[in-house]
This record gives sequence, structure tokens and C-alpha cells, in this order.
Amino acid sequence: MSLMNKHGILERHSMLLLVGILIVVAIGGMVEIIPLFYLKSTIEKVEGMRPYTPLELAGRNIYIREGCYLCHSQMIRPMRDEIERYGHYSLAAESMYDHPFQWGSKRTGPDLARVGNKYSDLWHVNHLTDPRSVVPESVMPGYPFLAKTDLKVPDISADLKVNRIVGVPYTDEQIANAKADMMAQANPDDDNVDDFLDRYTQTLGEEDREPTIRDFDGNPDRVTEMDALVAYLQMLGTLVDFSIYDDKADLR
Amino acid sequence: MAHTAKRLSLEEGLFAGFLTALAFICLVIAGKAVDGVMAFHAGLGLLFSAIGVFLIFNSYFKRPADAVESGYNLGPIKFGAVAAVFWGIAGFLVGDIIAWQLTFPILNFDLEWTSFGRLRPLHTSAVIFAFGGNVLLATSFYVVQRTSHARLPGRVAPWFVILGYNAFIVIAGTGYLFGATQSKEYAEPEWYADLWLTIVWVAYLLVFLATLWRRKEPHIYVANWFYLAFIVTIAMLHIGNNLSIPVSIFGIKSYQVFSGVQDAMVQWWYGHNAVGFFLTAGFLAIMYYFIPKRAERPVYSYRLSIVHFWALIFIYIWAGPHHLHYTALPDWAQTLGMTFSVILWMPSWGGMINGLMTLSGAWDKLRTDPVLRMMVVSVAFYGMSTFEGPLMSVKSVNSLSHYTDWTIGHVHSGALGWVGYISFGAIYCLIPWLWNRKSLYSTKLVEWHFWISTLGIVLYITSMWVSGIMQGLMWRAYDKLGFLEYSFIETVEAMHPFYMIRAIGGLLFVTGAVIMAYNIWMTIRAGEKAEQDAADPALVPAE
Repeated sequence: MSLMNKHGILERHSMLLLVGILIVVAIGGMVEIIPLFYLKSTIEKVEGMRPYTPLELAGRNIYIREGCYLCHSQMIRPMRDEIERYGHYSLAAESMYDHPFQWGSKRTGPDLARVGNKYSDLWHVNHLTDPRSVVPESVMPGYPFLAKTDLKVPDISADLKVNRIVGVPYTDEQIANAKADMMAQANPDDDNVDDFLDRYTQTLGEEDREPTIRDFDGNPDRVTEMDALVAYLQMLGTLVDFSIYDDKADLR
Repeated sequence: MAHTAKRLSLEEGLFAGFLTALAFICLVIAGKAVDGVMAFHAGLGLLFSAIGVFLIFNSYFKRPADAVESGYNLGPIKFGAVAAVFWGIAGFLVGDIIAWQLTFPILNFDLEWTSFGRLRPLHTSAVIFAFGGNVLLATSFYVVQRTSHARLPGRVAPWFVILGYNAFIVIAGTGYLFGATQSKEYAEPEWYADLWLTIVWVAYLLVFLATLWRRKEPHIYVANWFYLAFIVTIAMLHIGNNLSIPVSIFGIKSYQVFSGVQDAMVQWWYGHNAVGFFLTAGFLAIMYYFIPKRAERPVYSYRLSIVHFWALIFIYIWAGPHHLHYTALPDWAQTLGMTFSVILWMPSWGGMINGLMTLSGAWDKLRTDPVLRMMVVSVAFYGMSTFEGPLMSVKSVNSLSHYTDWTIGHVHSGALGWVGYISFGAIYCLIPWLWNRKSLYSTKLVEWHFWISTLGIVLYITSMWVSGIMQGLMWRAYDKLGFLEYSFIETVEAMHPFYMIRAIGGLLFVTGAVIMAYNIWMTIRAGEKAEQDAADPALVPAE
């Protein structure tokens, strides 16, 4: 076969072989990845989606730090059993502000895409501190140190700023006040609560949608990593209101 | 006294200068670090760079002025082979520990540094990148020299690659324990570790290419095509998937440039091809050198190797979306991923056939040579998991298997069976070759290693198949009234006995590896003893 004989050229010239390999391995990725930046179904914004508040973002970083994504997915597939177990299937838009995404690949534990508001804060605190105190058969590690560790982020404003660079629409005001906002959300008595609400409340139609302000870890004396993580878990999947969401408009 | 003046070579000077500059950068970062992990890692970077500079000058002062590099450069290969055994045992052990954690969660000890979420990336990185990576570096340096009849270029560069790579491993591994992760599976190290790996990897590519440029053979041997594809593609994937912006250069945290569905697609474009190019193309290169060598038979088909090489590397890249079936990724991309995954079955089996049929006329050796048997069984496992993979990539199968432990079983039939065994086979071949020994210390111990770990693999993969399918079926089971039959926690409970079997299987696999380490240690040492005995038979052997 003459084509086979021509292969000798590549075998004798390392740089030709190198370029050949590069071309061959570049194609598949380009075809599959590039359109995702332009297609309607993958870049569409859905009503209700807002950037994470500083406290939620800090909680999300703890979720990442502890490797929660290794056992918990955040991606509900459109099968009957998943929808009944976890809720409406996940939309692309719901992870549009997730740098990086947290869809996961394994369910050693249940999906968490819509875990927000399913359990009380106290349940989460107990469960994270000692999972088997609330779910005896659980195989989850305990995280008792979260409630004992003050939430320390070197410079949360810088975190928001970098998120804005990569496409999350934080305002200048949100960036400048990130630290105060982070503390205010975990303390309903904080002086900055009203300012925080001004900065993160969205108006959907007639309705105002406010981020939750609570003492999530049940300890009013300090803002801990537990506050941040529970704040994050409690908002997961709650932003899009599926009672008014039109799934026909977002066929994928 | 006439002697040539001793000069620092340009290469030595450049590397020493680069490492000195790096040491200063690390010092500044350590001083201004905003978090403890960065301070620790910058300190490590400072230490490693300083050691590097010391090693360069140490070898400079020791060598004679007119030293000529001749023969093959085996030092870095020896280091890589031993490092592979060390990291292998560490990685397998951590894997077994987390398997026991899933069986008995109390073993997490409720501490930050010992919880499953931090140990799991340690396990995957230790086995893939530390064990597998060192095997690939060591074998590629060996194979490219032997098949090109050329020495690796440079005094420092090959050592920079192998030591620099292991420095990356140490930084990545300790980072996981301290919570430094960007949460992208198999690409968890943070931005600074990624940058360092990029530098090392470019050096690796250059050393490899430059050895090819020096070759005395007109043709580049097939194993080197696979090594080259592995090196180049991993570079592309590594850079593409790790595009992130650090919050501060004095801190560990960074944010990915991509988000959501785009990030997911990029991640599994990377993730699946870390399997395709790190764990497949690289190890196929090992197959193409070590099996013919050990069996003393030529590669079965030259044409088949051409066809399956180009088909494999072209098709593999497309298969990523099968990790995202039924997610928010558009359907067309899922279907494309599935289609290419199914097509991928063919080149994969082309490689398997080429490896197995190389045994033509030498099948009898399987009875007497457990090292060759290990490599052949490895190719059989390769065939099995590259059949299972396309099967699982079919959307309707994936709707059941995704998120379950079936995936974990599938991965381990490839990882333990294929990657593990071909690596063990290569290491068993390499050690006597590198240390100039006639044979291994004990063939009997290789037999033990083979059978113990095979039993371990069988326990592992069968328990995960059964339990994974069970898990998937329980999640979707409905009772006759139309309600979900099982709560999630009931499915967790049902996994317990299978997790136990899996952990026992893992323990057997670790045991096998420890036997290998002993055998290798004794091969290196016993050979020394034999040499001593030959030189002076009256001496009592030292213990």
C-alpha cells in the first residue's frame, strides 16, 4: 500500500511526526469545545441566577478544599428517578458562575445540586460535625473542625475581582465591600446587613429575591468556616424558580 | 602541569542560574505568603532549587576537566525506576486506606488531613502521576536511547526532568493534604504547581526530541511515536485544562478561566485523555518495546501499528463527553463523544492484538517467565477495559453506570490490570538491565506477586461491578405504587459488604507490590554481593 510506504517520511523526520501528532490530536477538542462558547443553550442566562455572595463563595471554596465533589455530584440528569429524588434537572445556566464547575462524577453520597433549603441549618451543622449522629448508616467523614475554625480569607475582595476578570458580573461596590458583606451575611445583627441586602437583592418581576442572612452555625460569637459552608449549601439550587421556569424555551 | 582549564558548560550555567533565580523568587514568596500552604510550598521550592544548584556544582567540581559523556545515560532512569516503586506502594497504600474509610468511616479520624476528600486526590495523583509518571519517564529515557543508539543530551537536563518532576509530585501531594486543590479531577494541583510542571514538561519534550535528533537509526521506532504523542498531547491538555488566574501570587487560591458547562467539557476533554495519553499511549509505548524484547520476537505487524497509532490518537480526543451524558452538555456533544468512544474500541483492540500476537512462536515462555506473563495479562486487561469503556459510553448503559462504583471498577481494571502490570513487567525487566545483573533475585517472588495481585484485582473489579450495577438499579427502582423504592442511604448501606471485599482486594494488590519492592531491593543488593563474592570468595557476605 503506497500510503503505508509514505509513512516512512514521518518515521524519519521527528518534527514532521510531532506536527502530525499535534494536528491530529487538536481536532476533536476544537470541534467539541469551541461551539460551547457560542451556542444558545450553553450561554443563555436564566432568570434568578446571580453571582455568589462573598460568604457563599468562601463556603464554596471550603467545599472544594475538602474535596466534597469527589462523593457528591451537583448535576441532576433528566431521568424520572433523579427528578423525583433531587428535583428539576440541572440547567447549564445554573453553573454559569462556577469557576470551576462542581458537577462531580460520583455519587458515594447524594446529589447536592438542589440541597438548599431541604434541611435546617442545625441539621447541616450536626451532620457536618458528626454525620452518623443524624444518619447512622452514613459513610461521610466528620468535619468537626469547621465549626471551631474562624473563617479566614486572605482578601475576599481579590477573590471577587478575579471572578470578575473571568466573567462573573460583580460590581465595584460588591468588590469593595466584600469583607463587610461576608461578615454581615452570617450575623443578622450586623450593622452592614442593609447595605449587604442592597448589593445582592435582585428584583424578578414584582418580587424581591434576597440572599439569606442567618447565623448559619448557631454560634453568634464568631463567623466560622461552618457558617460559610452551610450558607453555600443552603443556597444550592435555590436561585432559579422552577414554578415559573419555562423549560420549552431552553430545550437542549 | 598542562591541563585543559575546567569550565562550567553553558548548560550547567543556565540551569544553575535558572534555579538560583527560582530560589530567590521562592524566598520572596515565602516571605510574603498570605497563607500557610503557600509559605510551606515556597519553602520547599527554595529548598529544592538550592539542592539543584548544589548538585550542579557538586558534579562540576567532581568531574575531570576533559570528561566526555559516553554510552547511555542510566542515572536518571535508575532514579525513576526506584521512585516508581516507592510512589507505587505509597499510592496503592493510600488507595487501600480510603477503601477502608468507605467501609468504616471512623477511619477518617475526623481530622482535616486524613479525611477521604483530601486523601482521594493523593491516591489518584500518586498512582497516576507519581507511579505511572516515573515509570513513563524512566522507560521513555531508556527506550529512546536504546532504539536511537544515542545518549540523552546534556549533563543536567535529564536529571532536571526526573528530579523536577518528582519535586512536582511532592508539592502536589503535600498540597492535597493541606487542602490546596482546584477540584479538577486528576488536575487538582494549584496554579504554581501547574506552572512548574509545564516547565519540567517542556524540558522533557526537548530532551526526548534531542535524543531522537541524535539517533543513528534512520527510522524512529514505533514505541517512540507513542511516547512523543503522549508528551505532546499531555502538554496540550495540561495547559488547556489548567487555565486559571491566581487571586494573589503570594497565595495558593486560583479561579478557573472557564465556568460551568464549558469548564466541564474542558475538564473531561482533559480527564479522558489523561487516560488516553498518559495511561494508554505512554504505556502502549512500553508494550511496544518491552514485550518484543522480553519475548525475543518482533512486533507482530508494522502496518497494524501505523493504523492503530494514528486512529487511536485521533479518536481518543473526541471521547471526553461520555463523562457528561445526560448532563447540561448539549446532546450533540454527548452523542459525538459516545460515537467516538465506540469507534475507539477498534484501534484499542488493534493495539491489543499487536501486543498479544507478538507472542507468536513464544507462547511457551508464559509458563516459565512470570515477568512476560505479567505483561501479557496486562495487555489482556487492556483489551477488557477498552471493551468495557465503549460499552459504558453508550448513553443507555451510562444512564445506569454513571455516578456509580461501576465506573470505579472499570477504571481499576485498566489501572491495576493494564497500567499496573505493564509497569511491573517493565520494572522487572529494567532493574537487572540497569544494574547489570544477570537476572532478578527471585523468579519465585515474581510468581507470588503475580498471583497475589491478580487475586486482588479480581476481588476489586468483580465487587465493584456487582455493587455498581446494584447501586444504579437501586437508585432507579420503583415499588408497585409508583414510589421510589429505596432512600439514598439504603443504597449506601447495601454497598458495605462490597466495599469490604474491594478493600481486601486492594490490600492483596499492595502486598504484591511490597513483594516486588523486596525482590528489586534484593536484586540490586544481591548482585552487589555476588560481585563481591566473585572478587574475594573467602569473604563472609555482609548482612
